[in-house]
Amino acid sequence: MDLLNAIVALANFVLIPATAYGAQLALGALGVTIIYGILRFSNFAHGDTMAFGTATVILVTWGFQAMGIGLGPLPTALLALPVGIALTSLLVLGTDRAVYRFYRKQKAAPVILVIVSMGVMFIMNGLTRFLIGVDEINFDDGTRFIINARDFKEATGLAEGLALRSTQVITVVTAVLVVAVLFWFLNRTRTGKSMRAFSDNEDLALLSGINPERVVVYAWLIATALATIAGTLYGLDKTFKVFNYFQLLLPIFAAAIVGGLGSPVGAIAGGFLIAFSEVGVTYAWKKVAGYALPEGLEPDGLLQLLSTEYKFAVSFVILIAVLLFKPTGLFKGKSV
Amino acid sequence: MSEPFLIAEGMTGGYGAADILHNCTLKVETGEIAVIVGPNGAGKSTAMKAVFGMLKLREGQVRIGGKDITHLTPQARVAEGMAFVPQTSNVFPTMTVEENLEMGAFLRRDDIRGTMEQVYSLFPILKDKRRQAAGELSGGQRQQVAVGRALMTQPRLLMLDEPTAGVSPIVMDELFDRIIEVARSGISILMVEQNARQALEIADHGYVLVQGANRYTDTGEALLADPEVRRTFLGG
Repeated sequence: MDLLNAIVALANFVLIPATAYGAQLALGALGVTIIYGILRFSNFAHGDTMAFGTATVILVTWGFQAMGIGLGPLPTALLALPVGIALTSLLVLGTDRAVYRFYRKQKAAPVILVIVSMGVMFIMNGLTRFLIGVDEINFDDGTRFIINARDFKEATGLAEGLALRSTQVITVVTAVLVVAVLFWFLNRTRTGKSMRAFSDNEDLALLSGINPERVVVYAWLIATALATIAGTLYGLDKTFKVFNYFQLLLPIFAAAIVGGLGSPVGAIAGGFLIAFSEVGVTYAWKKVAGYALPEGLEPDGLLQLLSTEYKFAVSFVILIAVLLFKPTGLFKGKSV
Repeated sequence: MSEPFLIAEGMTGGYGAADILHNCTLKVETGEIAVIVGPNGAGKSTAMKAVFGMLKLREGQVRIGGKDITHLTPQARVAEGMAFVPQTSNVFPTMTVEENLEMGAFLRRDDIRGTMEQVYSLFPILKDKRRQAAGELSGGQRQQVAVGRALMTQPRLLMLDEPTAGVSPIVMDELFDRIIEVARSGISILMVEQNARQALEIADHGYVLVQGANRYTDTGEALLADPEVRRTFLGG
């Protein structure tokens, strides 16, 4: 039995990756939940907004790199992020003007808006492919590791290595900052409160003189910023590939719904719940169990509940389980 | 005598092809309480919505303080000094009591703390619960939040759509007392009520609507004394 090695292995293969992934999902789910709260539909184009946002960030990153501008040990993409957000906001606000507003004026049913957002999703997807291609792109140019597995082993004398990639730390730190700013905005500022009021009771918000078009613009801006940040962090942590972002839509929706659509706290909780379950269920626990269990009890099999190809199934099992018992999600969102 | 503060004259109109209101007229003097009563489906709430511009009128006009507002949107009427408390979903449930009041004053750019203190002194319970989400309050307290939110705009006319629907008789009396207090501060009140007898007791003027038209119009006292009104609408 070797608990120390078990803990290190657990941290290295499960806790750290799942925390970073959870932060990325949480940011994505926050965007979905804010659009749902204000515009009252599930925005299927969110994954592709993330892809488009990340693509613009990559293009700007390349531009900065060509000009020799960088952030030293930090990835240049962080510097490109504000520009990427601004560019993506233009596209999203343009889409709202050209597409969504038409249906809003007609007071279209949410299900129609969902279908509309699917159309937007396909167009954005194509646009991103035209813009940057379909290949995998690695645009992380910062320091790769904060803790290197080999250095860790040498320093501690343990058999297991612990690797902490800088992108994982950047992800978590950025997510914490973004969430803090978002909650400050929603709970402390006049505009943020008016958004919550609009989400709570649209008619009464109108009676109070809250301008719906303004609230909608703010919602899109916030969702776009969240999408671009989430997409960029995901791309830095792994690689950028348009199709992966399309697939990311599934766990993001699962996170938002599990937490309760329209509830920002729920989106964050849902993001981490989905991430930890996904990583936990698809991880082969043989190594950790080998360290943690008494001698002679080591398992023969891999102890992997599901192969990684099925990781998206995990989101849906959780989704069904939660919705069966709490139909509005863990944090009392609006009913779906 | 100068003309009443609110005049809604000859209102005719409805939601679709058929008219609900037929030449309906409502007037409210400054600082007085006017109550609309009548049987179910008489168009009481519709008449109030028409006054607030939530219903397109085919005929008739609405004037407030001498100004014609017939073609203004509800939001623009809020800026003209009207405040409306809907019958249901009249608070922001996930927001705190204090935030509800702040949202009521959304259009105001001046200091709202004085008005908020006035609301708190009118409804002391709200001050104790100001950090609590409005959705967690009891029905009566929620009505107080709803009225408080409407008062935050510093309206000159407060319109209440069945403020006592679904609250206990004790809470109802309490609410009526508060409404009288609001009227004494110079705010005109137009109110739709199911509890006709109690409402007419506090009313300066009562309007009995039947099928979207004025049937009886008099002071609250006179309507209560009228045997015809008593027999048909107040249950003897």
